[in-house]
Amino acid sequence: MALEIIESCVNCWACAPLCPNQAIIPPAPREKRAGPPQAFLGPLGGERSDAAFSGGSHFLIDADKCTECVGDHADAQCVAICPIEGAILDELGVEMNPPGSLTGIPPERWAAAQAEIAAR
Amino acid sequence: MDLPVIAPEAPKAGGCSAGSCGSTASQVDGMSDEIRARVQDHPCYSEDAHHYFARMHVAVAPACNIQCHYCNRKYDCANESRPGVVSEVLTPAQAVKKTLVVAATIPQMTVLGIAGPGDPLANPERTFETFRQLAEKAPDIKLCVSTNGLALPAHVEELAKHNIDHVTITINCVDPDVGAKIYPWIFWKNKRIHGREGAAILIEQQQKGLEMLVARGILVKVNSVLIPGVNDQHLKEVSKIVKAKGAFLHNVMPLIAEAEHGTFYGVMGQRSPKPAELKELQDACAGDMNMMRHCRQCRADAVGLLGEDRGDEFTLDKIEAMEIDYAAAMQVRAELRAQVTAELEAKRQKAHAPATQVIQFMPRAEAAKPAGRPVLMAVAAKGGLVAVHFGHAREFLVYEASAAGAKFVGHRKAEQYCAGDETCGDGESVLDKTIRALEGCEVVLCSKIGFEPWGNLETAGIQPNGEHAMEPIEEAVMAVWNEMLAAGKLDAKPAAAKCA
Repeated sequence: MALEIIESCVNCWACAPLCPNQAIIPPAPREKRAGPPQAFLGPLGGERSDAAFSGGSHFLIDADKCTECVGDHADAQCVAICPIEGAILDELGVEMNPPGSLTGIPPERWAAAQAEIAAR
Repeated sequence: MDLPVIAPEAPKAGGCSAGSCGSTASQVDGMSDEIRARVQDHPCYSEDAHHYFARMHVAVAPACNIQCHYCNRKYDCANESRPGVVSEVLTPAQAVKKTLVVAATIPQMTVLGIAGPGDPLANPERTFETFRQLAEKAPDIKLCVSTNGLALPAHVEELAKHNIDHVTITINCVDPDVGAKIYPWIFWKNKRIHGREGAAILIEQQQKGLEMLVARGILVKVNSVLIPGVNDQHLKEVSKIVKAKGAFLHNVMPLIAEAEHGTFYGVMGQRSPKPAELKELQDACAGDMNMMRHCRQCRADAVGLLGEDRGDEFTLDKIEAMEIDYAAAMQVRAELRAQVTAELEAKRQKAHAPATQVIQFMPRAEAAKPAGRPVLMAVAAKGGLVAVHFGHAREFLVYEASAAGAKFVGHRKAEQYCAGDETCGDGESVLDKTIRALEGCEVVLCSKIGFEPWGNLETAGIQPNGEHAMEPIEEAVMAVWNEMLAAGKLDAKPAAAKCA
């Protein structure tokens, strides 16, 4: 039982401090992105040796640590604060915040607007 | 040591706390001496100061605890200037380095604000660590913060502790039914709360935070986004309430909504207000409190004078390579500040002087003469002077001239249409756009202007004027108004009344 953050994550940091299991792994600083995971530097710039960085360009969830907040909170915390629709999936790959659920923009309206912009 | 947490190119956080911004000279004059002293070198709080002093925002706060319909958290573009947009998210250490470098390079930079790109108080560790280090290393810089207010009551104590003298709260409504049309959700006590219920909590926390700040003597400015058909009439009530609770300045800003921005309002076709609608509402609210009209709605990583962003000169790569002597810089900064403050004080004294000299009892007949109607004039200005070529102006300051004097009422953005002889081919359409942006203005003052735009402006009913180059704005505007009055042009409505 674990959630997954995918590449549409915008690295806003909102989820990481809320996780009761410290299962959310921040992305690497750009210059360290190549090569093996290293000690991660915490949000204040100090060294945080307890976490490796994700090795990618966005936040990841450590599936071994994630409990989907069962026993800690009524709602999975990362899902409850994430501002990006579709960025967090459950084990079956289902979007926890489906299109339109956070912005209020109906998906068909979004598609029409994008098509209109592309046509300009 | 360089300790970046987030790669400079990676973050795509957009944000929502509206940028901080200020008041007109007369409004500052309406304040107590104590408040005037506290805002006189703050470009976002004093209209006078914004001609001379610069501000910067450091983007250390990517997380947000609410969603606003005018914000898109995915947005990032170096060419867009609006709140919530940012190119690089910084660690506190990087933000401190950047601030010191900018302060040494731009000595008129007096204010450091944290305004996003998310909400500063949804990132309290990063925000307060930045303030703590700056208070120690750069004691001559004023610190301020701009927040949506949800987490404000929980952090007022700490703001006071860090000596934060100025706080901006974005308050778009005091009615949860209006709020439900602006805020789709908030994150509160470990839950995402949608709609009216979420808006009600947000409003309650904003009002509580405002009261707590005022009680501690911290200056509070309220920003509101004017959203036609959603909160336009409601903002008059907001203005009354925040004034009654002790906010010292209200800044009503126009909604920015384009489909390309990917915001709810942009995609759903919500329109932005016209300049005349904005002015009308600001005028209506002005009866209740000090209104600010010189806000440029800047980015969460803006650097420089309002309306002139120099962020590109201070990217992470560039600041890492810069070495500075901050002690020496502080000396230069102190001298410059003293000089400008003296100039401003002299200007204020001069503005007040005629009141004592000119009070004369006029003959009845003369007093009854019609005073002349108010006229809107656009000015291509720099440093408080009519100093910019029409074709080089990126923005025009708009003044309302009347018998009561010249009053700053807003600004209009323009594109530089004359970027050199090569680009003049498509100059036409940009000029047309600029002329449209000046709708409602009858005169445009600039240092110089080309033959072709002169003709087009005249055709559009806007009189170009290049006769007051390098004169102080208010004096030039009043000179033109008095000429119009003497020529009998101010008795009736304007001839080409496309007007505001």
